[in-house]
Amino acid sequence: MSDVLTHDIDHDVHDDHGPEQGKGVLGFIKRWLFTTNHKDIGTLYLWLAMVSFFVAGAMALVIRAELFQPGLRFVDPNFFNQMTTLHGLMMLFGVVMPAFTGMANWQIPMMIGAPDMALPRLNNWSFWILPFAFALLGSTLFHSGGGPNFGWTMYAPLSTKFAPPSTDFMIFAIHMMGISSIMGSINIIATILNMRAPGMTLMKMPMFVWTWLITAFLLIAIMPVLAGAVTMMLADRHFGTSFFEAAGGGDPILFQHVFWFFGHPEVYVLVLPAFGVVSEVIPTFSRKPLFGYHFMVYATVSIALLSFVVWVHHMFTTGVPLGAELFFMYTTMLISVPTGIKVFNWVSTMFKGAMTFETPMLFAVAFVFLFTIGGFTGLMLALVPADYQYQDTYFVVAHFHYVLVPGVIFALMAATYYWLPKWTGHMYNETLGKWHFWLSVISVNIAFFPMHFLGLAGMPRRIPDYALQFTNFNMITTVGAFIFGFSQLLFLYNVIATIRHGKKVDGQVWEGAKGLEWTLPSPPPYHSFTVPPHIH
Amino acid sequence: MLNRFCASRLLAVLAGLITGTSAMAATDNWQLNMYKGVTPVSKDMYDLHMIAMLICTLIGIAVFGVMIYALIYHRKSKGFTPAAFHDNTRLEILWSIIPFLILVGLAVPATTILMRMDDTSESDVTIKIVGYQWKWQYQYLDQGISYFSSLATPYNQLAGQGSKGEWYLLEVDKPLVLPVNKKIRFLVTSNDVVHSWWVPELGVKRDAIPGFMHEAWARIEKPGTYRGQCAELCGINHGFMPIVVQAVSEEEFNQWVAGQSSAAAQQATTENDPQAQTDLTRDVLMTLGKEKYEVICAACHKSDGSGLPPMYPPLKGSSVAVGHPIERHIEMILNGVPGSAMQAYRDQLNNTEIAAIATYERNAWENNTGDLVQPSEVARVRQGEIHEPTMVNKVQGGGLQ
Repeated sequence: MSDVLTHDIDHDVHDDHGPEQGKGVLGFIKRWLFTTNHKDIGTLYLWLAMVSFFVAGAMALVIRAELFQPGLRFVDPNFFNQMTTLHGLMMLFGVVMPAFTGMANWQIPMMIGAPDMALPRLNNWSFWILPFAFALLGSTLFHSGGGPNFGWTMYAPLSTKFAPPSTDFMIFAIHMMGISSIMGSINIIATILNMRAPGMTLMKMPMFVWTWLITAFLLIAIMPVLAGAVTMMLADRHFGTSFFEAAGGGDPILFQHVFWFFGHPEVYVLVLPAFGVVSEVIPTFSRKPLFGYHFMVYATVSIALLSFVVWVHHMFTTGVPLGAELFFMYTTMLISVPTGIKVFNWVSTMFKGAMTFETPMLFAVAFVFLFTIGGFTGLMLALVPADYQYQDTYFVVAHFHYVLVPGVIFALMAATYYWLPKWTGHMYNETLGKWHFWLSVISVNIAFFPMHFLGLAGMPRRIPDYALQFTNFNMITTVGAFIFGFSQLLFLYNVIATIRHGKKVDGQVWEGAKGLEWTLPSPPPYHSFTVPPHIH
Repeated sequence: MLNRFCASRLLAVLAGLITGTSAMAATDNWQLNMYKGVTPVSKDMYDLHMIAMLICTLIGIAVFGVMIYALIYHRKSKGFTPAAFHDNTRLEILWSIIPFLILVGLAVPATTILMRMDDTSESDVTIKIVGYQWKWQYQYLDQGISYFSSLATPYNQLAGQGSKGEWYLLEVDKPLVLPVNKKIRFLVTSNDVVHSWWVPELGVKRDAIPGFMHEAWARIEKPGTYRGQCAELCGINHGFMPIVVQAVSEEEFNQWVAGQSSAAAQQATTENDPQAQTDLTRDVLMTLGKEKYEVICAACHKSDGSGLPPMYPPLKGSSVAVGHPIERHIEMILNGVPGSAMQAYRDQLNNTEIAAIATYERNAWENNTGDLVQPSEVARVRQGEIHEPTMVNKVQGGGLQ
């Protein structure tokens, strides 16, 4: 990026904490409940994501424990289905989206030279909806009839006529999460478009800000679609409509179309900010500017636009007509062109750099490797005839876990290790970070790579028990999953230890880091830039 | 488990991977690759899969190769000073166009195969497949044969007791019998929720959508037994509705068809005739009843009869299971409850099985009514001698529903 100079900024307007709201527990609650500060809200988002990560991760371990051997009956099949459903919903809406929104809250004002987000009260509200939404969603597990058990994709009529009463609570929780996401996105767009420091033109913005700008537009476009889908579900369940019921003139496939019109751009909502993070981390530790910045921006925009015209690739086996299959196959394949550009540019950024491998860089490099593997299987899945054999098998499970775990989750890890010293003013424990990385990167492959084989050999997804033929790879997968799950405790410990008593760092933190956030002290002042910095 | 992974097996796996055929017996516990299958379509799918995998591997070698080179040599610890370049429009355009051309190369075979797959015309045999929670119904539209095919793995194996059979979870009571070298058209639909009929070796996967019918086809080139499973989450027992296809020669198929019709006719007379039923002892009914209950009913009503209220009512102490008249109980099993997940078992179970299930439900879990339900009573209800079961007095019936 460009060189940056800060004005003489008066840093003593506030401390690094918010205004006192009184003493004791009540004071503590009020301080966090009423805060409108972008850093405070960012922190809240990040802790919510951390808690959900362990809750949803525990659900994944229940699934993997059940699948350790055939015929286990560790949990009954209905509970198994509730686990797969809530694991998916929580990981998407409770982990990845809040985590990136938290990062956006912390980073975007600092990266564009603003004092805070554009709409601070909206910001407070969009966070505080979420704990209630997740309490509602989690409570379904304790309802009579059990929680939602139809998978996170909620296909009708399993989710309408055949679903437990708690489904209505899930629908309401999704509505709340949708409102939260839309408000968060409005805030991010308003901040980026209005609050940039003088001289920070759009094409000078850091990649993380760019990817979030596009993500926010995607969210505004798709969350109402999801809200519409679940509202139609609600109407079919209680108000006598037949949107998804052939007997009343509806069509179960309509649900899938509406859902995936939301669902596919949603995939890019999860992954675009991850692209942004990796585009920040790799140049820093390669000590070399990001290669092909302009093309990175264009590629992000093209991915976002293409993501709206590929949704039927989730439904190739539902009997859509030949013409539609061909169209959606071509558009899906086309997405690999801009995605390829991104990967090539990251590799070129590393090429002839002077690399060091601190924990954030390790996670970012692993991201490029393993996300690309997920991209390859994505290309294979786009080919309709082959997709007939992959669809709804563990091959698909392997594919999207490769892009989401060593993809998106690794990017989140990289981002946390990268910016945590800036946020807290303390350095994390590098040895522990390296242990966390190596345990994670090895176990994630033990967990997810054998799933490719299982899927190709014919194991369908979302089954609680399986034929003897699949035993070996399922055992390996379960072992990997447990190692991965427990390794994340190192991460939790490292974060807490850093906040409490990490070694003090200066403002620059990383030798090769460029960008406005590094011109601020660590931790940064409460109102990041009270005077806009000058940008050359 | 891992010690089974001896060198010879590894070699066999690798050989199988390279030649594309399963080098070992049908249950390859280390199968890595897709089935090549026994139909023209499945072979096309396999070939396309291999081409795609090859292309991805080559791109991967190139990209990861450059990256690994940089990771090894362009380190600060090796005293490497960073270059300053950060842009090259020509390069960007080049690595947009080359992948695009590769994609076009992939799209051509994919399109031709897809068009071939879509052509269901001029079929010889038409089979209608109906998905039910959690079994399949096969209807031979030209031959007038129709039957249900459900999981045949005994309950104790599912519960983790005793050793498991070779085809654990992949065995059914009545397989779908198909002739080889005939173009078979499948019409797939569903009775309740979305299912997906998938047999990897036939290269057929078709979602079963309630209220809509979609087509697929296969021409099986080799006699044999091919197994698959439901591929779309369809409720509690989604993992327990396998598919078994028995591909036989045309003569055997015709023989089988002839045998089926007469069996069905015979069954129609015996099942409807109360006189033709033999009475069974309590022990026989209870044993058979438990076996059937655990496989068919326990998914919803639970092994302990507690159900999953409010979705699936409990049977323990329910007015249906302990109350009188018993005909009401039998009638509910025979005809189901319209508009709910309770199906009609009239065509799925015979009189003896229904009698056994009813007996079991009336005597298990402290329901101790002491009632015995005999097949002849089921036959009477089936025949329609009792049309309107009298309403049950709930207090007399012994509890809430």
